[in-house]
Amino acid sequence: MADRIERDSRRFKKVVRGHIKKNLRKYMSQREMIGRRGRDAVSIPVPQIELPRFKFGRKQTGGVGQGEGEPGTPLGPAEGEQSSGEAGNQPGQHILEVELTFEELAELMAEELELPNIEPKGKKTIVSEKDRYTGIRRVGPESLRHFKRTYKEALKRQMAAGTYNPDNPRIVPIREDKRYRSWNVKHEPESNAVIIYMMDVSGSMGDEQKEMVRLTAFWIDTWLKHQYESIERRYIVHDAAAKEVDEHTFYHLRESGGTLISSAYTLCNKLIDEEYDPEEWNIYPLHFSDGDNWGGDDTRKCMDILREGLLPKSNMFAYGQVRSYYGSGEFIADLDAAFPVEEKVVLAEIPDRDGIYDTIRAFLGKGR
Amino acid sequence: MTSNLPADLAKIRDEIREIALGYGLDFFEVIYEMLDFDQMNQVAAYGGFPTRYPHWSFGMEYQRLKKSYAYGLHRIYEMVINNDPCYAYLLVSNEPVDQKLVMAHVYGHSDFFKNNLWFAHTNRKMMDEMANHGTRIRRYMDKYGADDVEDFIDVCLSIENLIDPHLPGIRRRPRPEPEDEDDKAAFTEQRPGELPAKEYMDPFINPSAVLTEEAKRVREEQESRKQRFPEEPERDVMLFLLEHAPLDTWQQDVLAIIREEAYYLLPQRQTKILNEGWAAYWHSTIMTQSGIMTNAEVIDYADHHAGTVAMQPGRLNPYKLGLELFRDVEERWDKGRFGREYAQCDDMQAKANWDQELGLGRQKVFEVRRIYNDVGLIDTFLTEDFARRHRLFTFGYNERHEQYEIVSREFEKIKKKLLFSLTNSGQPIIRVQNANLDNRGELLLRHQHEGIDLKTDYARDTLKHIYKLWNRPAHIDTVIDDTPRRLTFDGRDHRVRKLS
Repeated sequence: MADRIERDSRRFKKVVRGHIKKNLRKYMSQREMIGRRGRDAVSIPVPQIELPRFKFGRKQTGGVGQGEGEPGTPLGPAEGEQSSGEAGNQPGQHILEVELTFEELAELMAEELELPNIEPKGKKTIVSEKDRYTGIRRVGPESLRHFKRTYKEALKRQMAAGTYNPDNPRIVPIREDKRYRSWNVKHEPESNAVIIYMMDVSGSMGDEQKEMVRLTAFWIDTWLKHQYESIERRYIVHDAAAKEVDEHTFYHLRESGGTLISSAYTLCNKLIDEEYDPEEWNIYPLHFSDGDNWGGDDTRKCMDILREGLLPKSNMFAYGQVRSYYGSGEFIADLDAAFPVEEKVVLAEIPDRDGIYDTIRAFLGKGR
Repeated sequence: MTSNLPADLAKIRDEIREIALGYGLDFFEVIYEMLDFDQMNQVAAYGGFPTRYPHWSFGMEYQRLKKSYAYGLHRIYEMVINNDPCYAYLLVSNEPVDQKLVMAHVYGHSDFFKNNLWFAHTNRKMMDEMANHGTRIRRYMDKYGADDVEDFIDVCLSIENLIDPHLPGIRRRPRPEPEDEDDKAAFTEQRPGELPAKEYMDPFINPSAVLTEEAKRVREEQESRKQRFPEEPERDVMLFLLEHAPLDTWQQDVLAIIREEAYYLLPQRQTKILNEGWAAYWHSTIMTQSGIMTNAEVIDYADHHAGTVAMQPGRLNPYKLGLELFRDVEERWDKGRFGREYAQCDDMQAKANWDQELGLGRQKVFEVRRIYNDVGLIDTFLTEDFARRHRLFTFGYNERHEQYEIVSREFEKIKKKLLFSLTNSGQPIIRVQNANLDNRGELLLRHQHEGIDLKTDYARDTLKHIYKLWNRPAHIDTVIDDTPRRLTFDGRDHRVRKLS
């Protein structure tokens, strides 16, 4: 019976996966998923996975109950009922929460967005040593004693010595017979990655813009985490000056000053030089802004830093431009003009939440 | 499966069985199985039949039960299967007092399965039958592909509530016309509209003009009947599709399997209040009156019994309602509080002390468990006095306040609402109206609207599934927001059209 339920649970998972895949674009533009993020898994609300039937809408039904109260007395909220006005139209609707690991989520993304696997650089040069218990030795702690091997050795010895009696097969191992499990050192290529998020927090970037950045970053995170064994994240915010912050501040800070993008690029470059050797690290600088920069001089400076500093060191440089009411939105055009054929530069405009899906596709579609 | 009841519980079982027999219960023999919580969740996910056909929805149910058990939201103490012998699953971690309670409860259910009229048509070897269904469906999966078969099961399950709840008791289709020559003659002897009359009065009582007219009307009626398809609106939508939809043989078999299981499970929905009430009535009677319970167990019993019959605000507990109705009926028939004399007595004092010492109570509750279903129970035995004593009310959704509120305490309204919610087990009544709409072979269903709209998004998806069966556009006539409308799925798009 356990097999049967396993099988049906697997089928159910498959149905859920199909459902999520089909609606990935929708999920990508919703913040709910991020809100339900755990350490290794997200839980995704999947409405209406139950089989459709002809049934009554709940709104007009009501029913009979028992207890105290006069006409007009409110009853406790019915099971599964949402309190917001919107959901009040369909109270009691059954929404299923499905847990999905990041691994599974990334696989879904790969299938749906047709993302290529990343070919990490430095795979040959960086080697880490790992211990695997695959060997056998003659010395070791008793807790690691290999019973079968020890027994065989003792048997061999006793037979050779002629002390083995088939009618009374008692095998007593002595010290020399004992065999212990032991480790071998394995050399495994390792690939590390660092994502350096940079964001414009000048006055023109509103909450909605930041939210879009956050959503995009979540999906990029999920994907890169799937591709590399370990991943680090660094966050840089900038207006006219740049500074490094933690994740929370990154998404919530709001400054008012002007915008000098070069400040962020300089800081990012410095960070890489000090901490992330391009020989060992796969480096992903991602920059989000509304495309407003202060003057042509600074834009030129940015291009110089990119050309000489960031690009040679990075796997990919991605720039996402979110649309805002205030930004001029010129920077993306400047970048495009400066690096018309450079493969490492990926540009995307994010007009609204629905655009996130295409942005992620553009960012990750190159397999770098 | 063989029973794995430990010796101490087997002893308790034997005692309780004897006590139950002593009270006059007449049940299928019960085979008890001990399960741990995970096995219990698995069995429950399959609706009590571990051998059932494979389908992802059982996996979903299992995941749900598993999660809610892990969070401590529910715990299944027991499950009983309507079968001969009756199978009952006990949770291995139950306290002995719980096991006693549960066993007494189970004998109540088993007695009900065996004796209640509405269960009479069910297959008592369903355990085996379900296993056969499982085997057949697995074989189809091997042959035609698991995905295709499972998708088709989705479609069938989507319409499993579209069956005729009265089918087991009513012959809807006319008997086939008698083949026998003599019978045929007897059939045609009387002309339509003709009244029996002495020969000399015949021209006056049966004037030939009227008879010709009547014969013509009947003929036309028969003609138009032949042009309609189905001739009469068909309540058993599953059967209609089984007989007329363009299906492969294996698809017909799968649809037939799901339909058979739907009919088997139907009486459990029709008698929820009675069945649970009856079992609760017996577990409380056996536990508190037979001396099976030790003194040390009284508190735990009271606690768990109270948990079983507890009412949440705003919803009716079938255990509680059923139990109280049985007790009320027993008291009324013991004391003779029924009939014209009692009903017409307007002396409250006399009524309160009314006792004719008839002692018919026990006999009456056995009768009730034999011939009633929930609708009949409420219709016959829910009295104004009972509703007032148990503080029943109706509630509804207040759009302005966006919450559920108590609407009324008027007896008539309560009874009406309750009967309405029990009618057709709370499912909308839907018939096949026309299977050749506009002579284009399109399927038209009709929802008999009684004040509550269908859930539109579900209705749309269901139409999509029906399209897969019928292979031609599917429609349903219903009422949405007080306007009659026709929902359509034509294979590509959904449409909604106002009906004039």
